[in-house]
This record gives sequence, C-alpha cells and structure tokens, in this order.
Amino acid sequence: MKAKTLFDKIWNGHVVKSIEDGPDVLYIDRHYIHEVTSPQAFNGLKERKIKVFRPGNTIATADHNIPTRDQHLQIRDELSRNQVEKLNENCKEHGIELFGLNHPKNGIVHVIGPELGYTLPGMTIVCGDSHTSTHGAFGTIAFGIGTSEVEMVLATQSILQPKPKKMRITVNGSLQNGVTSKDIVMHIISEISVGGATGYFVEFNGSTIRSLSMEARMTICNMSIEMGARGGLIAPDETTFNYLRKLPAIPGISDLEASVNKWKNLVSDPDSSFDHELEFNGELMKPMITYGTNPGMGMAVDSSIPMSDNKNSKASSSFLKSLDYMGLKPGMKLLGHPIDYVFIGSCTNGRIEDFRAFAKIIKGRQKAKNVTALIVPGSKKVEEQMVTEGLIEIYKDAGFEVRQPGCSSCLAMNEDKIPQGKYAVSTSNRNFEGRQGPGARTLLASPLTAAAAAITGTITDPREFISEDSNTNK
Amino acid sequence: MAKVKFNILESTCVPLPFENVDTDQIIPARFLSATSREGFGDNLFRDWRYHITGEKNNKFVLNNLKYKGQILVAGKNFGSGSSREHAVWAIFDYGFRAVVSSFFADIFMNNALNNGLLPIVISEQLLAKLQGLIQNNPETKIKIDLEKQTLTIDSTGDYVRFDINPYKKECLLKGLDDIDFLLSMKDLITSYETNKSLY
Repeated sequence: MKAKTLFDKIWNGHVVKSIEDGPDVLYIDRHYIHEVTSPQAFNGLKERKIKVFRPGNTIATADHNIPTRDQHLQIRDELSRNQVEKLNENCKEHGIELFGLNHPKNGIVHVIGPELGYTLPGMTIVCGDSHTSTHGAFGTIAFGIGTSEVEMVLATQSILQPKPKKMRITVNGSLQNGVTSKDIVMHIISEISVGGATGYFVEFNGSTIRSLSMEARMTICNMSIEMGARGGLIAPDETTFNYLRKLPAIPGISDLEASVNKWKNLVSDPDSSFDHELEFNGELMKPMITYGTNPGMGMAVDSSIPMSDNKNSKASSSFLKSLDYMGLKPGMKLLGHPIDYVFIGSCTNGRIEDFRAFAKIIKGRQKAKNVTALIVPGSKKVEEQMVTEGLIEIYKDAGFEVRQPGCSSCLAMNEDKIPQGKYAVSTSNRNFEGRQGPGARTLLASPLTAAAAAITGTITDPREFISEDSNTNK
Repeated sequence: MAKVKFNILESTCVPLPFENVDTDQIIPARFLSATSREGFGDNLFRDWRYHITGEKNNKFVLNNLKYKGQILVAGKNFGSGSSREHAVWAIFDYGFRAVVSSFFADIFMNNALNNGLLPIVISEQLLAKLQGLIQNNPETKIKIDLEKQTLTIDSTGDYVRFDINPYKKECLLKGLDDIDFLLSMKDLITSYETNKSLY
C-alpha cells in the first residue's frame, strides 16, 4: 500500500465523489457558523425552499460583532443586533445548536469548538471564517470557507473543493525562555511571507511542535492561514488525547479510549511524500513583533526594521506604503517605542494559557499609565477559569479590566476599536491597515510580549521579565 | 438557481498595483453587518477611497475619472486574509467582472468563482507590463475569452492563455450553480454517510 500523509488519509476518507478534471465532493463532519457569514447562506436556503440537511452537524455561536461589556443589555448597534437576532432565528428554525450571546458556553467559535469537545481528530471541519485552521491542532482537516460554501454545507453537508498540495514544516529544538508558539508561527511567516504556503495544506511536526500544549498548537494552526495555507494540521498524540480525556463530555463519543485507539493511526506514514518541505530550528527563535501591515512583516523584537523587502535591491512601493501607514522607518529599532494600547484575546491567543502567560509578567506590577488595555477572554469558560485560578485578581491588582468574551478588537466590528494613529500591541492574528479600527497601527506579538509592553508602556523584550528558571514554553 | 454567465469580456481596466491586498482593505469588517448580499460596492476599498474625515481621497485610483472599466488589474497575492465573501460581493457590486493578478489567495479564488467574478492569473512579467500600459494609457483595453481561456491586450496584441478548473469553467459559461449540483448528489452523500467508517 502506498504511504500516505495524514492529510491524504483524512481527505481521501471524506471524498464522496471525485469529479473528473474538477474538485472533489468532500463530506464535512463538523460545521461551525457565526452571525456574520451565515445570514446570506440561510437566505439562500429560503429562496431554494430547502431545510438544513444535517442540523446536528452544525454548531453556532455569536462572537464577531458582540460587545464585550454589558452583554446582558440589548446590543446598541442596530445592524449588529439584527445579525445576532437573525442567527437566533435561523438556528431555531433549522434546529441547530446555538451557544449564542449570554449562553453560559458562549465564546469565539474557534475557542469553544475544541473546549466543548466538538472538534475531534480525523474530522473535516469548516466555518465561514479563515481561522478555522485552528482546529487542525487536533489532527483535522479544518479550513475557512466563503458564504456560498456555507450554504453548500447547510444544504448537503458537503462541499466542492480542489485538493490542495501538501507541505510539511518541521520545527526541532528547545525554545528559549520567553519564546512561545506565537513566536514560532510568526517567525515562520516572516521567513516564507504571507503567500509562502498558498495552495498548500501544511502539516507541522518536529520535536518543538510535539512539546507544545494543545492551546499552543492551536495558535500555530490558527495562523497557518497567515502564510497563505489552506490550513494547518498536527498529528494527534498523547497531548491531544489527554486534552480530550480531561473534557467533561464529548458529544457523540461513548467510549473515548476506543476512539483514541483508532485516532492513533492518524499520522503521516514514514515514507509518505510532501510537495514541499521546510525545516526550522526552534532554538534560534526569539520573541517576535510585526512592524508592517501584514503578518509576514515581522522580526525578532530586539532587531531593526529591514531597509527593504527585496534582498539587494530597493524597497517596493508596497513596503514603503506599509511603513508610512505605521509611522515607522526602515532601519528603526522598535525596542523602547511608545505604545498606546494592548489587546490580549482572539482565536489566536484568547485561551486560558495565554491569560496565564500574560499574568506571569503583570503579577505584582502595574500597568503603564499611557496604556489602555483590552483584556478579552476567548470564551465564558476561559473567563470562568480566570476567576477560579485567581487570575482576575492579578489583573485587577495590576490595573487591568477584564472584558466579556468575543472577537472584539481583533477585527473591531464592535466598539472595541483602536483610534487612528495609535499603536496597539495585539495578540491577535492580523496587522492589516484598519483591521483594529480605521487608522489603527497594530503590532502583533505573543501574550508575553504584550504583557511586557503593557507594563513598560513601550515595546519591550519579554525576556527582561522572565527569570531563567521559569517555564514559559507554552 | 442559475447564476451570472461569463463568456467574453472586453473592457478598459482599473490598475491597483499593490501587493498583498487583503480582504480587510477590500471591505473593512465594520461594513460586514448586513444580512443580504447587495450594496457592498459602496464600501469597496472604503478606507482607501475616503479619508477618515469622510472626504474622497482623490489620489486613490477609484476616484480618478481617467480609470474605469470592468476589469481590476491587481498586484501579487490579491485577496489574502479573511474568508469574507463580502469582498467578492463588493468587487462585483461595484461593477467589476474580472480580476487579473499574478497570484490570488485560495479562499478569495473560490469565493470569486462561486459568484461569477473571474480571477485570472498571469505571469508577473505580463502583469507588470499591463500595469504600465494602463497607467500610460487608461484607454488600454483587454479582451478575456473564457471559452478559449485567453487574455489579449488589444493595443499590443499580447496574448496569453490562462488556467481555470474545467468544472468551474463549465459552471461560469453555462451559469450553473454548485449547490444545485450538490443537491443532485444527495443520494450519494447519504450512502456515503451510511458506509462511512472512520479509521
């Protein structure tokens, strides 16, 4: 039998039919939906006079446009309120399980899926959101889709997809203190660019990846879309199975150990081949920060902005336009540069480990006066855990207000906008122009780097705050 | 449901020669709160078209009366970032029917094809030449023939064959709809569900 990659095993197992010279009809096990990219798909069903084909396979949440304060009150913005109400109506009409606003299990779609046990190894998972790649951390084929495709899945539980090429990215070696999984993925993107993995599905492997927790793996798969990849995935192992064993319940699974035994086959065969392979040394990685307006424009926090985006030639107009937007110059060092906002949250870094990491640095210290902080847990469950673990107190004592869950300032659809010209160190995933509000200047970083900036009010190397003996390799 | 058909398009072009134009630029998130597919064209490239004060940015190409047409000639890696189909709806609603670039982001490409907006990939060299021709002469026309899979620059006669998935080509030429196609396969999908054995 021909050696297969993990990706091939899952993909091939879900092909309902291959169309000659065309895409595959791919069966979808799990479909997540939210308020922003689903209403037009439900309208489409109505026009066709059809119902959702397999309502039990779709899970809904409200996350993108909801406020992060006073969630018990009516949403002030009329259009956002209408979208959330439409989601409620559509789920009710079609019998879809909804963890909507004010539900005790509400949260960002890519945070609640895994924590509620809906994301399981070997699944195909889609959602009308590019960061669906997050779920690949469990050894799934998970990718973002457009609204027409959301309609396909609602109508037929299947989707038409051309099979992507396969890439393997191997990261070996122990990380230095103060370097996190966010830094790993930002390092890779800065090396291969935002289009570096376009057309590919990426499998991450290597000793560094294997040493990471599930939360940390999710951060890496989450940002695989930022290198252009269709998605990223990591073969499940004992770390994955232990995460699942600790969940209070897993819907649809009665004998978890029997499933675990099957999931152990979800690895790339030793002789399987990839269309492209890349290797990185984790030991050489440093805390990262971005300086431009795409996630590929990143560097080690203690280095200088490059003079050009082209080796041996002058900078492109896109590069200069980007730095101009950021109010920065080629060759500048960023350490010590004043900042105005810090945002911790999002489907990239809105999980309990991220808030623990942030707390490690702010504990016993005070937020800088010039900094406004947006501390937004990824879900109600994360919020609850912050209370149980006493993190809320640490945040409060250090001068930070903790908000209610949602996507918040990551895409600034709600009120959580960074004002024009202000610098925000953000643990989210995109530093595009205007992403966090019109004119906002985003510097992407890990929760540790964000915490260091929140304390000093300037861009700071988090290693200054981390003692040699502490283990922060999240 | 039948969709918009695409066959031959001959038009002047609008040049947008920046690399890595992401879908947040095409349509910022704060304009995604609608629940229908219409009207997004008004906010296409909103923050490039208008200053933060609400005034028109006369330097931006869509506000330059010299450039008009149904073909957007973009830079490398167009449509990266968010999966929002609203980006394609905005481009289509504004009046574009094709986007030419040397490289598209995957999700954008699928979304475009699902809405009758033709994404055409040409070489970086030809793209640079085309950008130059349009900037020097805004009347430069190109002709796209989907059946023959060709793009021709009228003034120079430059001629190139582009790739498109044969299934998608058929859908665009005939105005066929993916969902109708999938609905016709429901029996097959149901039998897949019955026989599915996972690992």
